[in-house]
Amino acid sequence: MSEPAVAADAALALDLRDVEIVYRVRGRDREVVRGVSFSIGRRQSYGLVGESGCGKSTLALAIVRYLPRNGRVTSGSLEVAGRDVLALRREALRGYRRDEVSMVYQNPGSALNPTIRIGKQVREVFELRGASSKDAHERAMAALREVHIADPDSVLRRYPHQLSGGMQQRVIIAMALATDPSLLILDEPTTGLDATVEAEVIDLIGELQERHETAVLFISHNLGLIRKTCQDVGVLYAGELVEEGPTEEILQNPRHPYTVGLLRCIPRGGVRKDLGKLDTIRGFLPAIGEHLPGCVYVHRCGLAQDVCRTDKPADAQVGPHHQSRCHFHERAQQLPRDIEGPRQVPNVVDRTATPLLKVDDLTKTFKQDGHEIKALSGVSAVLWPGETLGLVGESGSGKTTFARTLLGIVEPTSGTVEIDGREMPPTLGSRSAVDVAALQIVFQNPDSALNRRHTVRRMLKRTLAKLADLSGRDAEKRSEELVEAVRLPERALSSRPTGLSGGQKQRVAIARAFAGEPRLVVCDEPTSALDVSVQAAILNLLVDLQGSHRTSYVFISHDLGVVRYLSDRIAVLYLGRLMELGPAATVFEPPHHPYTEALLSAVPTIDGEQRVRIELEGEIPSAADPPTGCVFHTRCPRFLGDICVEQEPPLAEVEPEHLMRCHIPVEELRRLQAEPPVPVQA
Amino acid sequence: MTGIDENVHAVPILVDGPPAAQTLLHLDSPSRVRRETLRQILRSKTFIIGAIITLFWIACALFGHWIAPYNPIDDSFAPSYQAPSWAHPMGLDRVGRDVLSRVIVGARSVIIVAPAAMALGVTLGSMLGLVMGYFGGWVDNVLGRILDAVLAIPLIVLAILLLTALSAGQEGINVTSWQLIIVIGIAFTPPVSRTVRSAVLAERDLDYVQAAKLRGERAPYVMFAEILPNVTGPIIVEATVRLGYAVFTVATLAFLSYGPQPPSPDWGLQIAEQYADISLAWWATIFPALAIASLVVAINLMADTVQQVVEE
Repeated sequence: MSEPAVAADAALALDLRDVEIVYRVRGRDREVVRGVSFSIGRRQSYGLVGESGCGKSTLALAIVRYLPRNGRVTSGSLEVAGRDVLALRREALRGYRRDEVSMVYQNPGSALNPTIRIGKQVREVFELRGASSKDAHERAMAALREVHIADPDSVLRRYPHQLSGGMQQRVIIAMALATDPSLLILDEPTTGLDATVEAEVIDLIGELQERHETAVLFISHNLGLIRKTCQDVGVLYAGELVEEGPTEEILQNPRHPYTVGLLRCIPRGGVRKDLGKLDTIRGFLPAIGEHLPGCVYVHRCGLAQDVCRTDKPADAQVGPHHQSRCHFHERAQQLPRDIEGPRQVPNVVDRTATPLLKVDDLTKTFKQDGHEIKALSGVSAVLWPGETLGLVGESGSGKTTFARTLLGIVEPTSGTVEIDGREMPPTLGSRSAVDVAALQIVFQNPDSALNRRHTVRRMLKRTLAKLADLSGRDAEKRSEELVEAVRLPERALSSRPTGLSGGQKQRVAIARAFAGEPRLVVCDEPTSALDVSVQAAILNLLVDLQGSHRTSYVFISHDLGVVRYLSDRIAVLYLGRLMELGPAATVFEPPHHPYTEALLSAVPTIDGEQRVRIELEGEIPSAADPPTGCVFHTRCPRFLGDICVEQEPPLAEVEPEHLMRCHIPVEELRRLQAEPPVPVQA
Repeated sequence: MTGIDENVHAVPILVDGPPAAQTLLHLDSPSRVRRETLRQILRSKTFIIGAIITLFWIACALFGHWIAPYNPIDDSFAPSYQAPSWAHPMGLDRVGRDVLSRVIVGARSVIIVAPAAMALGVTLGSMLGLVMGYFGGWVDNVLGRILDAVLAIPLIVLAILLLTALSAGQEGINVTSWQLIIVIGIAFTPPVSRTVRSAVLAERDLDYVQAAKLRGERAPYVMFAEILPNVTGPIIVEATVRLGYAVFTVATLAFLSYGPQPPSPDWGLQIAEQYADISLAWWATIFPALAIASLVVAINLMADTVQQVVEE
């Protein structure tokens, strides 16, 4: 390992002064970063949060001098380890990128070249710095070992697609740190990963940062992650740094209305839909390049006065190292709550009625290359009208297969699905119009869920014609009602998806799902593609619609806070098996199934004590060759012994309505979970 | 990369939040986007040059008899193979016909047959491509293999085979415009269907297709009402490119005498009649050849621009 240059040692790892960046679009310069200043000391980590479109990634690209061709830094200074980055040309720039700065992108899959073996890609990093090919191989092995890859030799021989997302991201981090850079930029490095993998990657970054003495710029929309990784945080809004300070201080004592609003949007501390609505932030980020003479946040701020429209607020020092760019920073926390829609109606569920959904012993086996893959194995569940079943589990746990089987997109191998006591035919093609209308879905990605060539009116009217048998005037009238129910203005009917924001598109998708008066709506991560402020509004809407239509939801999400907010019952899936099922409050409180316990511990929080994370050994095993006995035994932190390897535990009712699949007696679990666990090797 | 252009397109027209707060920000309606696309195309110099040349030949095809200084089949001028002069700017051909008049009037058969053949090929190809892409599986496999087999035969050979088959039992070769259109259209179907198929594959797995199925839509509706509007870009590009090929194919077939018969002033036929004597009188061959070349190049200039704009 080479020592960082001595001269640079005294300098800050990153120093931005009044950086302004514009994009030239259709012949006009549009400002995206408006005078941002901050610095990161050596070995420090700094988090940058903000909604999509606020300029986070642009800033990161500017630091590595990688702006798209129409982008340019118009003023300000940008120094990394004492080097003026903006003045670098050709060789110097190459050297800078090679030695001083590394970047880890959001999608590990596209950051690795799919046609080149991992080994060659990792070795290249060292060869670029003059290592011989044998030496490079040795160092590549060492680099992979450092990111806790147990078998570096075989990983080096593989192609990127043969690795899981978490593994790919580790390889990229190994490459990024291989050069001992002064600055490591992480741009949403864990967005596509499961919570458990995310937690591992975050721990890894923290560990490596210490060892390599690298400064980190961590870009994320997830405040929980930033809290876990960064001492300091900057809140970016419309290209301006509106608040900056120590992370804990900002989370406890935010002094800018935007930060206050952002923190209130996040479902946390066990909030549930029947206890209260989530706060939202009204309005939109200003369009890029919009002329903003006053405060950038004025259009959305509940505290805005005349002065905010005309005068730019200065950075006010509100605490040690804590700045807020607000005229009324001392009143920021008195920001009025912004809640849309009607008041909460208590969700009364009549458990004596016929269950709305009854799934019995649902099994799905896929055949692939002669292997049988059990994606779903004997899953049973019951749901009453107006209830939400939250589905939780890592990717590959069978959540999506379960949802698709309900909808009839995937034909179950065995087992039945009943709606209101009627058995559903196994495939969509064999279901009657009534059955088809009874089950609908809200997809994860609103961009692909709506046909971009159709107007909202056309989508809704067609759905009404097919599912509600309405046409002409009636359909028009009903479309207007639907659009109003999802709180879009009537003229949204005439727009196409390109004219709508992400949140609005998701509202249209929800309107479409509700057009046929469905009994059950599957929500497949409906807010994971949206910003937190929009997420809150969408969750509120789903709760309102559930209250007024008595619709049931099957809600899939990797965000446990969101699942907890919306769900009445939770099902925890692992390798296609139900590990735990019960009322939401019961599942989220001990005693948990050891898997649930591990999942919960992996979630970074923004309030209270940080939980001790329970590490899960390795990755989710292949469903083609599931472990014997309890399928979770290979990774279980509370592994008992031979019984777990030999016998599959039954799904037993450990408390009223609370089912669990574990050999450990529930009282024992309760006792164990009162204290943090000691990981046991299987 | 931050898709900055995308952000600009996606400027929301409505503001989230309680209805009272919803205001109109920007109107980025589809008609505006379409107008913007058209403006971008019309701003391109290459497109304008191509369009002017093409329009010129279309005018010749429509009004050739009025524009041409002489009757194109009048062979009373003398001497034959007279070099270009003021009276006959492109000279006279072997039998003493005015080459300029023949080039002008000769545009007609190409200008009618090529677009019609292209339209047929693109229509058939799009339908096949939709079916193959949407259904996949054995449908795609069977149709795909058949199309591969057809693609393996060179275009001209295929066209000649089909045309010969069509005129079987007749004396000599007598090809009508209709036959040309159908044969070239069929010959163009495989490559078009391949392009459309791959575009459909990218759309097929998007959630909006799933959503359509989840409201009980049948396959034809999903293919033609849901997917087709989203693959028009590649289809338009394919159409413009195919048009250039069609002109060339029509001319080539005419040259090989599968097309208009003498004394028609068709370009390909003219070249076929005159090229043996190119060392004696280059003008009788070169000018119709230039006519073909100019039209093909002009169409390709337009195709390039359309492709650039559509694929952006």
